[in-house]
Amino acid sequence: MSTVTPDPLAPAPIDRQGIRLGDVLFKGIAFVAAVGVAAVLGLLTYEVFSLAWPAIQEFGLSFIWTQGWNPNSNVYGALVFIYGTIVTSFIALLLATPLSIAIALFLTEIAPGRVAAPIATMVELLAAIPSVVLGLWGILVFGPWVANHLEPWLQSWFGFLPIFSGDPSQAGILPAALVLTIMIIPITSAICRELFSRVPRDLSDGSLALGSTRWEAIRRVAIPYAAPGISAAVLLGLGRAFGEAIAVTQVIGSGNTINESLFPPGDTLGSRIASSYIGASTAIEAQSLLYLAAILLVISLITNVSAQAIVNRFQKARRMSTG
Amino acid sequence: MSMTTPRIDSGKLGELAATPDGRGAETVFAVSDLTVSYSGNVALKGVDLAIQKNFVTAFIGPSGCGKSTFIRCFNRMNDLVPGARVDGEVLYHGRDLYGANVDPVEVRRRIGMVFQKPNPFPKSIYDNIAFGPRILGMKQDIDERVERTLKHAALWDEVKDRLKENALGLSGGQQQRLCIARALAVEPDVILMDEPASALDPISTSRIEDLIHELKNEYTIVIVTHNMQQAARVADKTAFFSVELREDGSGRHGILVEYDQTTKVFTNPTDKRTEDYVTGRFG
Repeated sequence: MSTVTPDPLAPAPIDRQGIRLGDVLFKGIAFVAAVGVAAVLGLLTYEVFSLAWPAIQEFGLSFIWTQGWNPNSNVYGALVFIYGTIVTSFIALLLATPLSIAIALFLTEIAPGRVAAPIATMVELLAAIPSVVLGLWGILVFGPWVANHLEPWLQSWFGFLPIFSGDPSQAGILPAALVLTIMIIPITSAICRELFSRVPRDLSDGSLALGSTRWEAIRRVAIPYAAPGISAAVLLGLGRAFGEAIAVTQVIGSGNTINESLFPPGDTLGSRIASSYIGASTAIEAQSLLYLAAILLVISLITNVSAQAIVNRFQKARRMSTG
Repeated sequence: MSMTTPRIDSGKLGELAATPDGRGAETVFAVSDLTVSYSGNVALKGVDLAIQKNFVTAFIGPSGCGKSTFIRCFNRMNDLVPGARVDGEVLYHGRDLYGANVDPVEVRRRIGMVFQKPNPFPKSIYDNIAFGPRILGMKQDIDERVERTLKHAALWDEVKDRLKENALGLSGGQQQRLCIARALAVEPDVILMDEPASALDPISTSRIEDLIHELKNEYTIVIVTHNMQQAARVADKTAFFSVELREDGSGRHGILVEYDQTTKVFTNPTDKRTEDYVTGRFG
């Protein structure tokens, strides 16, 4: 028999020494947080659908393409609100996208640093205005301006278009769309600014060294480089526009019909839920409003998932082309 | 410690420069008393030098000696750096490059540039070459121009079957030759190369050097390199830049120390500082 004397210089045995509490705790908290968020999303979706279920059973899918909302005669349909949501958001996007790209290009390519920084901060602070305050401004200042100046002007130049026909109005689809534009510009312009600032300097230098002008370098190199990101930014802005309720409620008026003109009042999914839920007089009205909420939820989820899919697909394509 | 900038008579350089094959007889750039500063800090001071047509001219020197700053004066790329200021005179075929009515965009159309890091656009190989011709309105026969340019840059055989593929899929050396081809596609007069092979392996480097040898019959080439062997291999003339500490202790800037035929600079330099550098004794 021989005894082994331990060498004092040898490293400690590498067998496991027991539980490392910090690691376990960290893993646990991280896991609970991640699963918790997913669970909240799942539960919320489930709750909205289960509360809306009586209305879904009552009206079926035809609820989506039914026009009209009259609790007295028990007529409920989502079409007016889906139309209002899509039209206001689409106009907002149509205006906000080029403006955001222009703001982002101005801040990254044109303005010197000491001008760009404060302007960028102010544009971002626009996002900090509580939507209810923006809505009040919409009621008191912006709506009257639209009715007294903008809409008559549009009518005098483009009155032949049905969308600019009829009487100007302080509350309506158009002012709602413009308020939404103000609300999504901070998001889309901030993302676009980030995208343009990430365009490699090498690439724009390469373009300029070939004798391109600044604008040609932006149009042919920077914008194509940033394009997939811009489309994701636009979809995120769209998500915001779809979901915004309070400010829209304040300026859209309230309407139960679809008009070809953008001037008269209307309603979006969000604004109708916000304005009517508290005052719902019957169970079926409340359930129908929840059906609207379910539709809004589905549309918003689809929009956000699409934005992510675009970003992912593009990143994959870029990895493949560089690898 | 005081160092003096040697006076170089650019008129004389022309005479001793011309080669038997007739290259180098004409002056493309004549630089006099050029000083470049960034936001008030002098980066390069008092440079006088002339660059001959169809010559390969190399700029060598330690880091911070202003050689990259200098090469960017020839196509006015320094204009794009906020706070950059160029004093002195750069004559291009006798015309002041920094004159009041000179359009830097036009300058860059005649004087092409290749950068240190290959920077192909994230587009197809074809679109990379066609980029310059398209913005300059050379719209006819783009296919033919792309082919001719790629052959010129000795890249055609490697890429002819994948012209529609993304240029980022090429190897680093191929990307750099594509960037050279991209610069050639607009038929420039001069090609500036800012350390074009510093990010490449030895084989790709030697391909680039072969290409430089072929191109010098048609183009005037200016190349910045910190690889002295490379300068010795490719350049007709070499300019050695160094760093000078300012006497008032306010910092340092680059100066031109010596400019001569490459063989002279490497075998029998006039200035002690050049000798120390080319023999590897530079501290």
